[in-house]
Amino acid sequence: MIQDALDFLTDSRSWWGRNGLVNLTWNHVRLSGAAVLAAVLVAIPPAVYLGHIRRGGIVAVGLVNLSRALPTFAVIAFVFPLSLQYGFGLGFWPTFVALFLLALPPIFVNAYTGVSEIGRDVVDAARAMGMREHEVLRRVELPAAMPLLVTGIRVSAVQVVATTTLGALVGFRCLGTPILQAIATRNDGQLIVAALLVAALSLLTEAVFGVLGSRLTPWARNRAVETKARVQHAA
Amino acid sequence: MFANGPDSFIWWDWVDRNTDKIWARTIEHLQLTGSSVAIGFVIAMAMAMISLRWRRAYGPLAAVAGGLYSIPSLALFGFLVPITGLGFRTAQIALVSYTLLILLRNIVAGIDAVPASVIEAANGMGYEPWRRFIAVDLRLATPAIVGGLRVATVTVIGLVTVAALVGSGGYGTFIEDGLSRARGFSTPIVVGGALSIAMAVLFDAAFVLLQRAVTPWARRGAAGGAHP
Amino acid sequence: MSRPVAIRLAQLCKRYPGADGLAVDHLDLEIPTGEIVALVGPSGCGKTTTLKMINRLIEPTSGTIEIHGRPAGALPVHELRRGIGYVIQQTGLFPHKTVAGNIATVPRLLGWDKARTRERVEELVDLVGLERQMLDRYPSALSGGQQQRVGVARALAADPPILLMDEPYSAVDPIVRARLQDELLDLQRRVHKTIVLVTHDVDEAIKLGDRVVILNVGGRIEQAAPPAELLASPASPFVADFLGEERGLKRLALLRVRDITPGTGPVADVGDPADVARALMAEHRVDWFGVREHGRLLGWRWGSSLDGTVQAEGVQPFRAVVTPDSTLRSALDGIVGSLTNVAVVVDEDGAYRGMLRIDEISEGVRD
Repeated sequence: MIQDALDFLTDSRSWWGRNGLVNLTWNHVRLSGAAVLAAVLVAIPPAVYLGHIRRGGIVAVGLVNLSRALPTFAVIAFVFPLSLQYGFGLGFWPTFVALFLLALPPIFVNAYTGVSEIGRDVVDAARAMGMREHEVLRRVELPAAMPLLVTGIRVSAVQVVATTTLGALVGFRCLGTPILQAIATRNDGQLIVAALLVAALSLLTEAVFGVLGSRLTPWARNRAVETKARVQHAA
Repeated sequence: MFANGPDSFIWWDWVDRNTDKIWARTIEHLQLTGSSVAIGFVIAMAMAMISLRWRRAYGPLAAVAGGLYSIPSLALFGFLVPITGLGFRTAQIALVSYTLLILLRNIVAGIDAVPASVIEAANGMGYEPWRRFIAVDLRLATPAIVGGLRVATVTVIGLVTVAALVGSGGYGTFIEDGLSRARGFSTPIVVGGALSIAMAVLFDAAFVLLQRAVTPWARRGAAGGAHP
Repeated sequence: MSRPVAIRLAQLCKRYPGADGLAVDHLDLEIPTGEIVALVGPSGCGKTTTLKMINRLIEPTSGTIEIHGRPAGALPVHELRRGIGYVIQQTGLFPHKTVAGNIATVPRLLGWDKARTRERVEELVDLVGLERQMLDRYPSALSGGQQQRVGVARALAADPPILLMDEPYSAVDPIVRARLQDELLDLQRRVHKTIVLVTHDVDEAIKLGDRVVILNVGGRIEQAAPPAELLASPASPFVADFLGEERGLKRLALLRVRDITPGTGPVADVGDPADVARALMAEHRVDWFGVREHGRLLGWRWGSSLDGTVQAEGVQPFRAVVTPDSTLRSALDGIVGSLTNVAVVVDEDGAYRGMLRIDEISEGVRD
């Protein structure tokens, strides 16, 4: 097994070319990134708005949680024929749709919760200082909701990166492809290498978003105190 | 596309002709899901008990469960095949591993959330420790545990679909069939996918209802009394 | 002590692991049956630790606890606790059980049948002053005061002879607290339990306790005495300090009008000649007199307004009117600021009984 792994790693064909690990990883990252980005663009505005007016949360969260129940592979399978039929090609779009749906819940729920959970007293203080609604949102609620928001994106991204491997089943060339191949050829070494790569990618995503998170929210240590201080500075 | 023929999205004739197969796959899917979640629950419960007794054990146990969870499903299935071969058992081992993190976390979180004052009062009133654990701690943690079972079940239903790759049966079989055939015959893929989704959604809804049913005290609104 | 002893603490010690000193340092205390004993003291004085050692929620490091003559360690701990009621500040009501279910907890643990349990639950709900329809509600639907009452009902469900209360009223607002305290006193009059109450509020201890134990750090008893004695003669500067200001007024709150004999006061009847009124005013050395008709005091008038016989019209009402049940403190409160400097004592029918002056009140307190 280890021999197989080493063989795989040292073979330059493994790394380069259409089916090379470099290209596969790039595809993998591309698709994951696209799905998460789409989810961010679609989920955050309504989530933040609903969180601000503190209304409609239950319905929205319920709908979103429904999408959490959708089995990713099943969605891929379901969209696959449609995608073929309408000329959208094989692997990318079905996988994208499924990953997009997978990415939505954590981002939406965390954004909504992050904004709506901010104490009424802080929001009232901001309003009392003369801030208009959109200023309250921009200067007070969003900054305070940042930690939770970023956590949502992070959780989402890590899940998406791990799940993108399923795209290989419908022909999308990603890190799932060598795994599938390894299953077929009983090449455990290759399988482990590919699996470790995905795991590494997941961890990397976790780390990157973790760092990004703490950069964007240097005050996240003592949230309650700092939020009030921010309100004072922002006004 | 929606005309009824082998080229269309769903060819209903195929569905008619294969109802017994659909039924068989349904049973397989349910069996695999049910047994995996059940076994996972037992193991997770044991892990939770250990963590409650020895706080320090939680970190390592959660890390193991988390590690298993982060292995991509394809990889885990693929890795087990040389060891346990193709089929039900292989899938089951992988699926049980995936349920552990969710269930462990939810069980422990649920029990931790029981207010300390309630525990103290129960002890003070004369509950023996074990009886109190079951009648108070677990009972109050039940909603969280059911929540964990909900996520675990729905996740497993989705993964069983992928597990067809290693010969476990279930709806994924239709999808595999469809993908390996010539293009243009989408019916089994659609049917497989749709049935998976339907089962997942149904179970999700059922668990939501169950969760509400085990939490009668949260349903009644917190109305104040007429006088203090 | 003439009363039998319900709980005896002997050389009780508790050292927490890793701590320097003893949280409770060789405490000796006897709790008589049927009395409310209040343990008060500053934070860290070990009052809650001591309480929790009685029902063994905390195990003593050394020393003994005897309950009705038997060592607390002799019984299995859960049996011991089922015989002792326990009420805590946050109530600890089971969120997943209804009010009825909560109250029924210990009876069910003891194996009572459903009918007997139900009967007892209803009895208790009435006893603590809640409505029967609350039985099927969940604790989250109740107010703080109602929850506390359920807590007490639950503690009394199996009719334990002893009740332990750990700061039960600290978490409710003052108005509710006063009511709950009155209800406890009322309850005690009916059920006669042995109650050990821990509180940080010395006024609460004085109000509720038949005996008040003032503890200092380490569970050292500074003084253990009935509230009146405590207020009259604090044993040390610490105790005096802890009792707070205005000890004299606090003592007045403990005494009732019926405890002292009122004077007769300058009271003339309607129709009496002016001389009678003048003689009364001279005797009592005041320049006003009271006017009475058919045994009821109508009010008073200035001596200068006397004109012929004593009349009923033009009479001013007395500012301070008290009954034998009123506290001397409320009598004093009425006297202060009145023009006549007296409080009038009447009985339940409104018949005139006498008048109290400040010096008579002072005398009563001195004794």
